[in-house]
Amino acid sequence: MPTKSTLALAIAAGLTWSAGAQAQETVKVGVILPYSGPFADAANQLDAGIKLYMQQNGDMVAGKKIEIVRKDTGGPAPDVAKRLAQELVVRDGVDIIAGFALTPEALGAADVATQAKKLMVVMNAATSVVTEKSPYIVRTSVTIPQVNYAFGKWAFEKGGVKQAYTLVADYGPGHDAEKSFAKGFTEAGGTIVGADKTPVANPDFSAFVQRVKDASPEAVYIFVPGGGQPAAIGKALSERGLTPPATRIFGQGELTHPEALESMGGNARGIVTTFHYTLEREEPLNNAFVAAYREANNSRSPDLFSIGGYDGMHLIYEALRKTNGDTSGDALVEAAKGMAWDSPRGPISIDPETRDIVQNVYIREVQEVGGKLQNVIIDTIENVKDPLHGASN
Amino acid sequence: MTGNLLIVLFDGLAFGMLLFVLSVGLSVTLGLMNFVNLGHGAFGMLGGYVALVVTREAGLSFFLALPAAFVGAAVVGIACERTLFRRLYRSGELNQVLFTVGLVFVATAIATFLFGTGQQPIQIPDVLRGSVEIGGLRFGIYRIFLIVVALAVTAALIFGLEFTRFGASVRAAVDNQRVAQGLGIDVDTIFAITFALGCGLAGLGGALAIEIVGLDPTFAFHYLIYVLIVVAVGGLGSIGGSFLAAALLGIADVGGKYFVPELGSFLIYLLMVGVLFWRPLGLFGKR
Repeated sequence: MPTKSTLALAIAAGLTWSAGAQAQETVKVGVILPYSGPFADAANQLDAGIKLYMQQNGDMVAGKKIEIVRKDTGGPAPDVAKRLAQELVVRDGVDIIAGFALTPEALGAADVATQAKKLMVVMNAATSVVTEKSPYIVRTSVTIPQVNYAFGKWAFEKGGVKQAYTLVADYGPGHDAEKSFAKGFTEAGGTIVGADKTPVANPDFSAFVQRVKDASPEAVYIFVPGGGQPAAIGKALSERGLTPPATRIFGQGELTHPEALESMGGNARGIVTTFHYTLEREEPLNNAFVAAYREANNSRSPDLFSIGGYDGMHLIYEALRKTNGDTSGDALVEAAKGMAWDSPRGPISIDPETRDIVQNVYIREVQEVGGKLQNVIIDTIENVKDPLHGASN
Repeated sequence: MTGNLLIVLFDGLAFGMLLFVLSVGLSVTLGLMNFVNLGHGAFGMLGGYVALVVTREAGLSFFLALPAAFVGAAVVGIACERTLFRRLYRSGELNQVLFTVGLVFVATAIATFLFGTGQQPIQIPDVLRGSVEIGGLRFGIYRIFLIVVALAVTAALIFGLEFTRFGASVRAAVDNQRVAQGLGIDVDTIFAITFALGCGLAGLGGALAIEIVGLDPTFAFHYLIYVLIVVAVGGLGSIGGSFLAAALLGIADVGGKYFVPELGSFLIYLLMVGVLFWRPLGLFGKR
C-alpha cells in the first residue's frame, strides 16, 4: 500500500508540475459528489450553491481563473470517492478537492488529501470525525452533534420537557444525532424513556410510531434522512394522534423541509427542529441569497446542501485571496483557519484548532405564516462549536 | 394489548396492500406472459408522476388522478410493448432482464430531466387525511382507503381473469400460443392488452404509494425489491397468491418492527427465504 501511494504521489508531483508549467493562471477545484443515484438530489442542491457563488462573484480570484472539475461517485461509495480523488490529483492536476455530500465518501478521500497535501473542503458530510481524518480538511457545513447537543439542553431548559423518546435512522448520522441529543438532554436533567432505531430505507413507520405511543412520552425526538421519510413519519405520527401540543415533536431540520411540510399539511404545526440554516430567516443577506437561488434554479429553494456549497466556495475564494493565489495545501489551510464571515445562514467562522465550522444554531417551530407553513425561528444559540472535537484528546 | 395487536395487524395489512397494488401488475406480466419485466417499477413511477401532474399542474382531484395514472402507464406500456418488448418475448430471460433494467435507468434519467431530483409531495383530499377512532383505536383513513382499493383491484382481476371470455383467452394464449392461435385467438392483441393491464396496475400502485413512501426518480429501483419479493412468495401468475403474500409480508414487516425492532426490516427477507424453502414455487405457484 505505501509503495503504491508513493508511486501515485510521484506521478502526481510530476504531472502537477508539468500541468502547472503550462496552466499557471488557473486554479482547478475538483468537486466529488454523488451526482447520480439515491443522493443525486443532495449533490444537485450542493452544486447549485457552488454555481450560484461563482455566478455572483465571477471566476477570477487573485489573478487566477477558477475551474471546476466535477466527478460523480454514483451513491454512497467511499472507494469510488477515493479513486476519483486520486484521479483528480494525479490526472487532472487539481489544486483543491471539494464537495463530499456523504461522510463515508469524505472519509474515503481524506487520505488522498493528506498524501497529496491538498486543501479539502467538506461542503456537507456532517459526522463529527470527518475533520480529524486529515489536517487538510476544512468543513463549511455543519456537524450533527453541533446542532443536536445544544438542542437537547434547550429542550429541557427552555422547551420545558422532562422526558423524551428517541427514534432515529439506524446509520452513522442517526446514531450521532441520538447520542448528542440524549447527552445534552440528560446532562440538563431530562430522562430518555425509550430509544428505537429505524432501518435506513424505511418505507413505513407505523410500527415504530406505535411503540412511541405505547410509551406515551412528553416528547419524541426524530432523526431520519431527508427526502421522502420526513413526511412519512410525520403522517404516521399524526394518524396516531401524536401531535403537538399533546406530544411535543423534536427533530433536526430535515424533518420539516419545505416539501415535507407541504406533504404533511396542518399536522406539522408545532414541530420544533434544530438547524444551522433557516430558509425563511428574515435578514437582507439571506433574502438576497434565496431570491437569487430561486431565480437560478427554476424557483427551487436552497437547503442545507446549497448553503454548504455556497459557503465552501466563499472559503476557497477568500483563502486564495489571502495566499495571493498560492495553491499549496499548507498555505490554504493556514489561510482558512480562523476565517470568519457573514453567510446567508448568519455569522460563521472556521475554528483554528479543529478546522471545523462555528455557527449559530437556530431552534425553529413550524407555524402558519400568511396561510403557509414554515419554520419560524423561536430561539438562537450563538457560536456553537462541535461538542465532540477535543473530547477524545 | 389486544388493541395494540389489532393496530399492528391493521397497519401491516395496509402496508401489505400497498405492496400488493405495486406488485400485482408484475404478477400479471411475469406470471401470465412469462416476461421478466424488471422495468415494472418504472411504470409505477410513471403513474406517480402522472398523478402528480394531474393534481398539481391541472389542479384536478386525487380521485381523478388515480385512473389517469392507470391509463397513462397503460398507454405508455402498450407503446413500449408494441415497439420494444415484443421483440423479446422469445429471447432468453437474461436478455429480458438486461433490457428491462436498462429501461429503468433510462426512466430514472428522464424523470430527473423532467422533474428534477427532488421529492415530490402530492396533495390528497382532506377526506383521506387524518384518522378515525373506532372503539378507542385510531385507524388512518388513507390506510383504510388503500385496503379498499386493493380489495377492489383483487376482485376485479380475479373476476376478469377467471370468469370472463377475455380471461379465458389470456390463459389459453399463455398455456399454448400455437394452439390458441389455431383456435382463432388473436394472441398478439391479447398479449398487448395484458401487458397494458400490468403496466396500468403498476401506475395505479405508484400513484397510491406517493402518500406513504414519497416519489423521486429513484422510485423505480427502490421498490423493485419489495415487488419481486411479493411476486416470488405469492407464486407466479397467481393474483390470489400475490394478495396473500403481500398481506403476509406487510403484517410480518410491521409486526416484526413493533415487537422486535432490533430485527428491523430484516424479517421480511427471512420470511421470504423461509417460504421459498418450504414452497420453492411460492405459496400458490404452479409452474
